[in-house]
Amino acid sequence: MNNLIVYLEIEDGIVADVSLELLTKGRTLADELKCNLEAVAIGYQLDKIGEQVFPYGVDMLYLADDKRLSPYTTLPHASVLVNLFKEIKPQIAFMGATSVGRDLGPRVSSALFSGLTADCTALEIGTYEDRKARKTYENLLYQIRPAFGGNIVATIVNPDCRPQMATVREGVMKKEIRDPNHKGTVKKLDVSKYVSDEDFVMEVIERHMEKSKLNIKGAPIIVAGGYGMGSAENFKMLFDLADTLGGEVGASRAAVDAGFVEHERQIGQTGVTVRPKLYIACGISGQIQHIAGMQESSMIIAINNDANAPINTIADYVITGNVEEVVPKMIKYYRKNSK
Amino acid sequence: MKFNIVVLAKQVPDTKNVGKDAMKADGTVNRAALPAIFNPEDLNALEQALRIKDKFPGTTVSLLSMGPVRAAEVLREGLYRGADKGYLLSGREFAGSDSLATSYALSCAIRKMGKVDMIICGRQAIDGDTAQTGPQVAEKLGFPQITYAEEIVDVTEKTITVKRRVERGVEVLKGKLPMLVTVNGTAAPCRPRNAKRVMKYKYAKTASELQAVGTDYMEFYEEHDYLHLVEWGANDIEHDPKWLGLSGSPTKVKGIENVVFTAKESKKLTADDAEIEGMIKELIANHTIG
Ligand SMILES: Cc1cc2nc3c(=O)[nH]c(=O)nc-3n(C[C@H](O)[C@H](O)[C@H](O)COP(=O)(O)OP(=O)(O)OC[C@H]3O[C@@H](n4cnc5c(N)ncnc54)[C@H](O)[C@@H]3O)c2cc1C
Ligand SMILES: Nc1ncnc2c1ncn2[C@@H]1O[C@H](COP(=O)(O)O)[C@@H](O)[C@H]1O
Repeated sequence: MNNLIVYLEIEDGIVADVSLELLTKGRTLADELKCNLEAVAIGYQLDKIGEQVFPYGVDMLYLADDKRLSPYTTLPHASVLVNLFKEIKPQIAFMGATSVGRDLGPRVSSALFSGLTADCTALEIGTYEDRKARKTYENLLYQIRPAFGGNIVATIVNPDCRPQMATVREGVMKKEIRDPNHKGTVKKLDVSKYVSDEDFVMEVIERHMEKSKLNIKGAPIIVAGGYGMGSAENFKMLFDLADTLGGEVGASRAAVDAGFVEHERQIGQTGVTVRPKLYIACGISGQIQHIAGMQESSMIIAINNDANAPINTIADYVITGNVEEVVPKMIKYYRKNSK
Repeated sequence: MKFNIVVLAKQVPDTKNVGKDAMKADGTVNRAALPAIFNPEDLNALEQALRIKDKFPGTTVSLLSMGPVRAAEVLREGLYRGADKGYLLSGREFAGSDSLATSYALSCAIRKMGKVDMIICGRQAIDGDTAQTGPQVAEKLGFPQITYAEEIVDVTEKTITVKRRVERGVEVLKGKLPMLVTVNGTAAPCRPRNAKRVMKYKYAKTASELQAVGTDYMEFYEEHDYLHLVEWGANDIEHDPKWLGLSGSPTKVKGIENVVFTAKESKKLTADDAEIEGMIKELIANHTIG
C-alpha cells in the first residue's frame, strides 16, 4: 500500500516519452521510500503496454481497457483515477505536464482534495518541519519549480493530503531502462465499476494529431536563437549553422513570441528541456526560465554582444560579438577544418 | 435564446517587470510591490464570451474575480470592453489560497450567482502558470470541461462545440451545457475598450472603493444601478471555512531560493577570425562536433 503511481499517457498504443521519464524518476524515488512503483494505463487495446513499461521497473500495472476510453476525454479518465486512488491510496502520483496531464491532474486533485504542483523541474524526498504546528513530517515529496517570473525556485510540499501530485514537462527527467528483463504484475480493472454512463458526455467530432516532426530533444547539437537575432530572416543563418554541424534549431520564448520561429522550437521552462552535447546560444540573454531548459548541456557556447549577459556565466565559450559576424565565421571555419 | 456566462478574470502581477522584492518571507507573493494587469488569457476568454453575446443579444456576461480591493480594476476593464456585470470576491479569509482554495471560493460565488450556462476562463495565469483553477472549479461544480480552447465554434440551447489546440494538433469537441471552457492565448484577441462604455463605467465601484470617495458622489451612485460592482466577502457566500484560504490549501511553500548559477570557467573570445577558428578546431579535436 501507499505506493508511487504514474499515469501513462498513450497515443496510438505507444506510451509517451514523458510517462517513461516519470517512471524512471519514480523508480528512484520508490527505492528511496521503499515502496512499489505502479503505473496506470487508461484506454483501449492495452495489451502491449506492459512490455513497454516493465523495463522501467514497474511492479504493478493497472489497466482500464475499454473502447470508450480512447481517445482521451476528461471525465471517464478522471473517474478511473479518482476511484482507483481512493482504493489503493498512493502516496505520490505523477503525470506529464502535457495537455492531457494538465487537463486531468487538477480535476483529480480537486476531487480528492490533494494538492497538485504543475511543471516541476525537480522532485526529491525530504523532511518538512511545520513550525506553527510543531510537527515534523518525514519522507515528503519536494515538488521543486521555478516560480514567479524567475529568479526564484520554490519547494512545495503537501504535508497532510494524499496523493502528493505533481506534473512534469517532457524532457525534464531522464529516461533510463532499469532492467530489460523485469516483469511486473498486471491487474485488469473492471471498468464499469470505475466510470458511470454520465462520464461519456463529450463527443469527439474531429481529431487531427500529428507526430512531432521536430526532434529538438534528441538532437546532439542545438543552435538556439533569441530576441537578439532580430528577425526571422536572420534566423536563416542559424539553420545554416545547424545543417552544417548536424543539429537542430531552438529558440527562446522572446524569439518565439516575436514570431521568428514556431513555438515547437521553444526551449525552457514552458518549452522543451534539452541536454545536447553542444548548445550554441545566439543572441539569448539567459533568463532563468530559458536556462532551466538547457543548463545540463555538456558544452555551451554563448554568442552575445553584451559581455555581461547572464548566459555567459554558464557558458564554456563566451564570444563577445555580433551574431551576424560570428555565425558565418563558424560555418566557414567548420567547413575549412572538417573532413 | 440567451445565456448566462461567467468569465473568470484574475488580476496578476506583470511578470515581465518583476523586481527583487516580489516575494515575502513566508513564500507568498508581495502583490503590492508590482504593477498589476488583466491576466492576458482571461482577455481571450472574455472575447469568446462577448462573441456569444453578439450572436445572442439577451446573453449576460458577468466577470468574477477574486483578489484584493484593487482587483476591481479588471472588472471595470471588462465592462469597458463589453461585459455586463462585475463581481469581486475579496477578504482576508481568502488570503494565502492555493489553486484549490481559490477554486473552492470561486465555485461558492458562482453558485450564488444563480443558473449559469457557461464558465469561461483563461487557460492559465502568468503569475504561476499552473492552469489548475479552471478544471478545479469545474470539478467543484460538477461541470464538464474543455481546456485549451481556441474557438467556441457553436452554441445551441443545450450544447457547445469547441475547437481546442493541444501540442500536437487540434480537436473539436461537442458537449452539453453547462460547461466550463478554458481559453488559450492563441484564440482571438479581445476587442478594445469602447469609448462610450468607458464614459459610462468609469465611476463603477465596489463597496470598499465607495468608502474611499466623498459623499457628493453617493447620490449619483445610488441612482445608477450599473455603477454597482458587486463585492462579496466570505460571509456573503455559503461556504465551509476549512476549505478557504491557507487551511483550504493542501500545498505549502517549504522554501524559496534565489537562483545562483555556479559560474563555469569559460574561455573568453571575440569575433576575431583566428579566435573563432581556434575554437572550431578545439571542438573538432575533442569530438564535440564533426
Ligand atoms: C512563467 C514564465 C515562463 C517562461 N518560460 C520561458 C521559456 O520556456 N523559455 C524562454 O526562453 N523564456 C521563457 N520565459 C521568458 C524569459 O523570462 C525571457 O523573457 C526570455 O528567455 C528572453 O529571451 P531572449 O534572451 O531571447 O531575449 P532578451 O532577454 O531580449 O535577450 C536578447 C539578447 O540578445 C543580445 N543581442 C542583441 N543583439 C545582438 C546581436 N546582434 N548579436 C549578439 N547578441 C545580441 C542582447 O545583448 C541580449 O542579451 C518565461 C517567462 C515567464 C514569466
Ligand atoms: N483569483 C482568481 N479570480 C478569478 N479568476 C481566477 C483566479 N485565479 C485563477 N482564475 C482563473 O483561472 C485561470 C487559470 O489560473 P491558474 O490556475 O492560476 O493558472 C485564470 O486564467 C483565470 O481565468
